[in-house]
Amino acid sequence: MSAFLDMGGYAAFVWPAYLVTLAVLVLNIIWARKSLARALQAARRRTAAAGEDS
Amino acid sequence: MRWTWFHRLASPPYLYALAARLTPWFAWPAALLILGGLYAGLVLAPPDYQQGEGFRIIYVHVPSAWMSLMVYVTMGVAAAVGLIWRMKVAHAVAASCAPIGASFTVAALVTGSLWGKPMWGTYWVWDPRLTSELILLFLYLGFMGLRAGFDDTQRADRSAALLAIVGMVNVPIIHYSVIWWNSLHQGPSVMRLGKPTMPPAMLVPLLVLLLGFTLFFAAVLLVRVRAEILQRERAARWIGETLRA
Amino acid sequence: MQAQAPSPVATAAASLSGGTEVAPALAAARLALSRDLTLAFRKRGQLIQPLAFFALVTMLFPLAVSPELSRLRAIAPGVLWVAALLASLLALEFLFRDDAYDGTLEQYALSGQSLTWLLFAKTAAHWLLTGLPLALMAPLAAMSLGVAAAAVPGIVLVMVVGTVALSLIGAIGAALTLGMKRSGALLALLTLPLSLPVLIYGARATELAIGGTSFIAPLELLAALAVLAVTLAPLAAAAAVRISLE
Repeated sequence: MSAFLDMGGYAAFVWPAYLVTLAVLVLNIIWARKSLARALQAARRRTAAAGEDS
Repeated sequence: MRWTWFHRLASPPYLYALAARLTPWFAWPAALLILGGLYAGLVLAPPDYQQGEGFRIIYVHVPSAWMSLMVYVTMGVAAAVGLIWRMKVAHAVAASCAPIGASFTVAALVTGSLWGKPMWGTYWVWDPRLTSELILLFLYLGFMGLRAGFDDTQRADRSAALLAIVGMVNVPIIHYSVIWWNSLHQGPSVMRLGKPTMPPAMLVPLLVLLLGFTLFFAAVLLVRVRAEILQRERAARWIGETLRA
Repeated sequence: MQAQAPSPVATAAASLSGGTEVAPALAAARLALSRDLTLAFRKRGQLIQPLAFFALVTMLFPLAVSPELSRLRAIAPGVLWVAALLASLLALEFLFRDDAYDGTLEQYALSGQSLTWLLFAKTAAHWLLTGLPLALMAPLAAMSLGVAAAAVPGIVLVMVVGTVALSLIGAIGAALTLGMKRSGALLALLTLPLSLPVLIYGARATELAIGGTSFIAPLELLAALAVLAVTLAPLAAAAAVRISLE
């Protein structure tokens, strides 16, 4: 296991590279879901307001 | 040739519903392929005879670099469709592409320089691939900056679309000029990518990851496009009907 | 001031009814060109600014790097091209600004004449007023950096071709940012990445010219870029102006 983590002496380069890429993947999911949630919330507020008017 | 599917795609409510329905079909295969590909790349693939275990960075660097280019082309094609056929949802797609592409360009730059340190001894070398990637980042930033500069969505859409098309024409020119520039000052790139002699045990995880990242892009894009459509169509009646249903 | 300048469109229409042989688009373009030149000479102060900026940027390098001519000579091509790129970027702000404010651009777009040709003429005028003077001044800057006088014709030739491409690429950026209040940094962000090939081939050709060897290969590539810019950039700029007027 420690040999795997050591990456033949390249641990300081391999793991940060994987970490950064995973972070970009996860951040993309978070950002996309957040923007959709925000847009949905705004749309719901508007429909609710429109419903009260009518 | 029937064009009805194309016209239906141009309708915001239809695309909104379709995107919602399609997202899991891209997201789950993407998750499986990326996790499996990373495991295969880290554990199953044999170490490289020259670069040892350090070559495993290829499994995150190349998919990121592929994303940076593929997303740019998608963005350019969507922008062209939006500009030529005045299709509003195509602009929504182009606008959704930019942040995704820019983030993977950053990933490609960071992983590239992390690969460069053990190979070249420094984190940054003016290698043609890294330099082109950096220029691509500026093209993405320009696209997003131009969009942000206008309050009017339509003006932002159409101006940015034109910029994306101009950028698409220029990307190959910039790339070849950078390669030409680099060949004057140093030998060919040290980074060995896509070598045809790559053994299948090394190549298969890479291909799996390329497919996984592409599906990931599709899934994230669909979610973002839904958000964009909701925002753009805020005055439309169908939104209320869809939300109540 | 604008009112005194002849409207190219009206005059073109007049000259057409007079039965000239020239195609109407070209006639209108020629008049737009002469109008812009006339107007520019009334505001001569503006023309000096990019040139002064170019000289100033060149002067920064001896002060920042070293006054040794041998070291300056080595970096001279890069200095000249970076300075030229920045100076032409600075000059872009004048390209469409006044005509966008006073409605001339809108008249051009509505005139029925080819907007592409009219914008090409405007960009040509802009190049004559900023790009060409830059190219002519480049040898002075080069000689202040220790470059031999024998390299002067080569430097001017390369700069002339390169600034044509720079003006046209810049016209796209200027047209895209029309009507924005603070467009300076954005204009640089849009224009500089697209100008990089010009910088690469231009600097290399200049380097070879200074070294006294044949610079025909990079010059040909630079000329290819200029031809491509001449054919495509006015189309893109016209599309961008139309978008801004919608």
